[in-house]
Amino acid sequence: MATQKEVSVVGSLADLPDHANGARHLVWWGNLGFMLIEGTGFALAIAAYLYVLSHSSAWPPAGDALPDLGWSGVFTLGLLLSEIPNLWLLRQARAKKEQAVRIGILLMTVIGVGLTVIRLLEFGHLNVRWSADGYGSMVWLLMVLHTTHVFTELGETAVQALWLFTHEVGDNQFSDVEDTANYWTFVVLFWLPIYGLVYWMPRLS
Amino acid sequence: MTFALQSNEPKTSERHARLAQTWADAPGIWGFLTTVDHKRIAARYILTTVVLLFAAGMLALHMRLQLSFPELKVLGPQGYNEAFSLHGSTMLFLVSVPVMEAMGIWLVPLMLGQRALAFPRLAAFSFWLYVGGVMTLWVSHALDITPDLGWFEYPPLSGSAYSPGHRADIWAQMITFTEVAALAASVNMVATILKMRPPGMTLARMPLFLWAMLVASLMTIFAMPAVMLVTSMLISDRLVSTVFFAPTQGGDILLFQHLFWFFGHPEVYMIFIPAVGFITAIVETFSRRTIVGHTAMVLSVVAIGVLAFGLWVHHMFAVGLPKLGNSFFTAASLAIALPAGIQVFCWIATIWSGRPQFYTPFLWVIGFIITFVMGGLSGVMTASAPLDLQLTDTYFVVAHFHYVLVGGAIFPLLGAFCYWYPKATGRMMSERWGWASFLLIVGGFNLGFFPMHILGLMGMPRRVYTYDPSLGWSTLNMVATLGSAIAVLGGLIFVANAFLSLWRGAPAGPDPWGGSTLEWAASSPPPQHNFDYTPVVNSIAPLWSEDPLRMLDGVGVSRREVLVSSLAEAHPEYRQKSAQPSIWPLLAAIAVSIMFIGSIFTPWAVVWGSLPIAGALTAWFWPQRPRSKTGPLRVRV
Amino acid sequence: MRRMVSRAVWPAVLLPLPLLCGCSSTQSPLFPAGQQAANLYDLLLLMSMVCGTIYVLVLGFLVLSLVRKRRASVAPNTVVAPPDKGLRHVLVVWSGFIIAALSVLVLGSFLADRGLARMQDAEVLDVRVNGHQWWWRIAYREPGGTSWIETANELHLPIDRTTRIQLVSGDVIHSFWVPNLAGKTDVVPGRNNSLDLTPRKTGWFRGQCAEYCGLQHAHMALDVKVDTAGEFAAWIARQKETAHPPTGDAVASRGLALIETGTCGLCHTIRGTAAQGRAGPDLTHIASRHSLAAGSLPMSRGALQGWIAQPQAVKPGTLMPFIPLEPADLNAIAHYLEQRQ
Repeated sequence: MATQKEVSVVGSLADLPDHANGARHLVWWGNLGFMLIEGTGFALAIAAYLYVLSHSSAWPPAGDALPDLGWSGVFTLGLLLSEIPNLWLLRQARAKKEQAVRIGILLMTVIGVGLTVIRLLEFGHLNVRWSADGYGSMVWLLMVLHTTHVFTELGETAVQALWLFTHEVGDNQFSDVEDTANYWTFVVLFWLPIYGLVYWMPRLS
Repeated sequence: MTFALQSNEPKTSERHARLAQTWADAPGIWGFLTTVDHKRIAARYILTTVVLLFAAGMLALHMRLQLSFPELKVLGPQGYNEAFSLHGSTMLFLVSVPVMEAMGIWLVPLMLGQRALAFPRLAAFSFWLYVGGVMTLWVSHALDITPDLGWFEYPPLSGSAYSPGHRADIWAQMITFTEVAALAASVNMVATILKMRPPGMTLARMPLFLWAMLVASLMTIFAMPAVMLVTSMLISDRLVSTVFFAPTQGGDILLFQHLFWFFGHPEVYMIFIPAVGFITAIVETFSRRTIVGHTAMVLSVVAIGVLAFGLWVHHMFAVGLPKLGNSFFTAASLAIALPAGIQVFCWIATIWSGRPQFYTPFLWVIGFIITFVMGGLSGVMTASAPLDLQLTDTYFVVAHFHYVLVGGAIFPLLGAFCYWYPKATGRMMSERWGWASFLLIVGGFNLGFFPMHILGLMGMPRRVYTYDPSLGWSTLNMVATLGSAIAVLGGLIFVANAFLSLWRGAPAGPDPWGGSTLEWAASSPPPQHNFDYTPVVNSIAPLWSEDPLRMLDGVGVSRREVLVSSLAEAHPEYRQKSAQPSIWPLLAAIAVSIMFIGSIFTPWAVVWGSLPIAGALTAWFWPQRPRSKTGPLRVRV
Repeated sequence: MRRMVSRAVWPAVLLPLPLLCGCSSTQSPLFPAGQQAANLYDLLLLMSMVCGTIYVLVLGFLVLSLVRKRRASVAPNTVVAPPDKGLRHVLVVWSGFIIAALSVLVLGSFLADRGLARMQDAEVLDVRVNGHQWWWRIAYREPGGTSWIETANELHLPIDRTTRIQLVSGDVIHSFWVPNLAGKTDVVPGRNNSLDLTPRKTGWFRGQCAEYCGLQHAHMALDVKVDTAGEFAAWIARQKETAHPPTGDAVASRGLALIETGTCGLCHTIRGTAAQGRAGPDLTHIASRHSLAAGSLPMSRGALQGWIAQPQAVKPGTLMPFIPLEPADLNAIAHYLEQRQ
């Protein structure tokens, strides 16, 4: 029993490629895992918001002004429009087009900076402080949570742009760009329910 | 499945040497700090949890001494409250969950016939960050700023009005540390199990331990964000005056409990489900047959994983929620007894139809069934909403969850430790001392904790540092203390056996127990690259069904490579480059630790603390490739 | 009531151990003295019997599987086993058995829950219990009136009537638990929880806070006395009385003066005097109570004096501060309070 199991080598995997893209790639699954974690966090924060809402007599409570629709509208529109270059970038990365990917990622960095600036302006128009009441705390929770993701994604995109412009791009880096683009789509999609809750829920209830 | 004929790769011994060189760590301290070897990382994890288990055990013994007679002054109220807070937090956040991940980190690649995890550096990062969480709690304890609000820190008691100072924050940030570490480990585990199975190991041929780790990791992914969210909200209430949990200002206290238990209940199963994997592996090997009802086992593990998310309210039956909801949660909580009952049946049926061999790991299976079934049944009692009103927050519940967690997770863990010890060290543990420690631990545990059921029914509440002699709880408390001391003695013998066997144990050989899964095909201890070749699998028990074991070559010898295969059928897809050792996971963990600790004191730490983190992560992921020869930022000669 | 009598026999059948080890019966769900606790006790019996049966079955199966003789013809080595038909049938039976058992328990649980909800009588006595770190403020609605009569740490209930306890918190979460009468209900800030108690036996019982509430959670007990209708009426009439200034007792008068002008009156109320503090327990009838400092000490002159002299030694961390007092002053205060029957 204690002896090494006998083995026989019956074939070789040497002919397999040393790279893959899309859902075949290992890192794609890691990325998906982290999206699940973040998505669960978002979903729970949204549940918490609705919970507090359901236990409040008025939403927003008397005395709180409604959040402004101006900058938030610009941000939302900009975020949705950013999906066009983002999906283009995704396609270029899949096609492994070096120059196009470099241009795309630079474009996404610039768009990210612009959106971040708009987001900061947006914070000035929430019209409630986080310490004012449960409503204010919940609004800020959702906004800060989403903004953190915009920031992180911007940082990642910028660093990736720097690398891509300074190095020869290999297969794995095209996959990395795919992951970044997918993550951006995730950030865009999760904004929609949050936008609805922060800006429209108080107007409906 | 067809494969190319054997290529002209180097011969076995030369191949082994080259692989060893490719996967070698740097020597000395640098190698220690930079290693991404899953076995070294797991060993550290496990050693750390053993040390913490000892510390938490000492705390428990200290509490038992205080309670052995009424009105003792061994520990004052503050000391006692710190002791149970530290004991619970350590056991749940720093021992039980991490040790199960550690077992997965060590075992999953070996059971898959792989050389590494999907994300080796992420595993290193998990460990270092976990160490940060350990230090946060225990260095604080050394500095006498021990959290003293239990392992749950309900507001408003944990709010700044009733808990000034930083004890409460330390607990909350310790959670953040360990949860980030656990989440990272879980993603690693899921990706490895789903995408790195050897050719032929379809989902249907996956050993139950891998199913268990997969389900437990997915549960972590869906449950842990809840506790991170809720502790962050608590810190922000304390630090920047948000009012999430302030009822007078439109917040809600029970929101904390909902979010906490949305995590807290699944956590019990995240600890228990890997144990299901251990028990199944041990039962199969020592009954000399594969598990009865493999499909039923898999389905029940999945069912438990899903149901566990629908039960959290049964921790809140006394808070005054609507009765209809309580009835629903009662039914859901009781329903989980069905898959658990099926599992117990399958194990015993396997023993029944096999030929049991009474080695130490198998003894732990017996101890597990005796103890865990009792805990499960007392769990059925507490799951009833009306009856729970008499049981919750009493010693009945203390008895119940120790039966479940110690009987259902720690006993299987000790069995798993004895079972895989020869694989990890190349030595056998002493059977004689194994029997001794088993009898002392299981006997002492039952002697110590069974009386607590009765104490609870005699009206003794939890978390009291002393009690009035007229209540008549002394005798049973004395017995409980005695039993705990016996169990601790057994624990010390267990650890001593493990240490001494490193030198004195008989050489194990690769497969001392005649195991059925792939890890037994590696040598003991496995070389750093685990396997020279990639195994091919044609059944759930490849070492029993194949002779000789079929292997494939072709996965990198002079470059770190692992095989990536398809999700369901495990068809080989490509060879993935595997990460080199790196110092950056450690530095990133240090940067994250600085931010977490800083944010106890000032919210600005989140801002300036994120810069070093960004730097460390950038360096970590910075691909090493030639400089560009085109474009505006090309290298200029 | 006949059911109650038969129930008194049951604890010995269910768990003889507590009796053997001399456990007291004043704070235990095993000795129900109220309708609610009796319902839960029935459920506990049902659950114990069903779960006990399952446990015995599982252990029996385990022992048999370990010791049963194996046929020598079975191959000694490992088996990648084909599914065993016989065992599969047993598994189906086993699953069916578990489902049946669980259904019984769900049903029993549901019926008990419904029983608890249905309990309210037409005429309900309103009592407000306010949890504080670490004592209970208790207030009775004056019979036929609108004002509230306040006391602390001691609850009196009339037998065979339903009392509705309104639970409010003055600070953190507590849990109100008198196991002989009913299950526990949490006292949650911002929530209005209530609990019905219908006592069926007279006598003294003990309750204790069951939700960890900070440093002295262990010393947050309350005494519960189930009275006959007459006793209860007399008790509440006496609690309603305000304090008269002591006459012809110079030491007592001095004690009251110290309470009114010194630190005591800042936190404590003695109705009818200048002491009108609200932070601590009402002391108007303190000497009538069974115990002191939320169940920390049995009531006596010595306990009173010791508690006032060294509260932090009796109950470390209590919010009652240490006030340095001359021995004569201490004596006078204790002497006065001793008379507050």
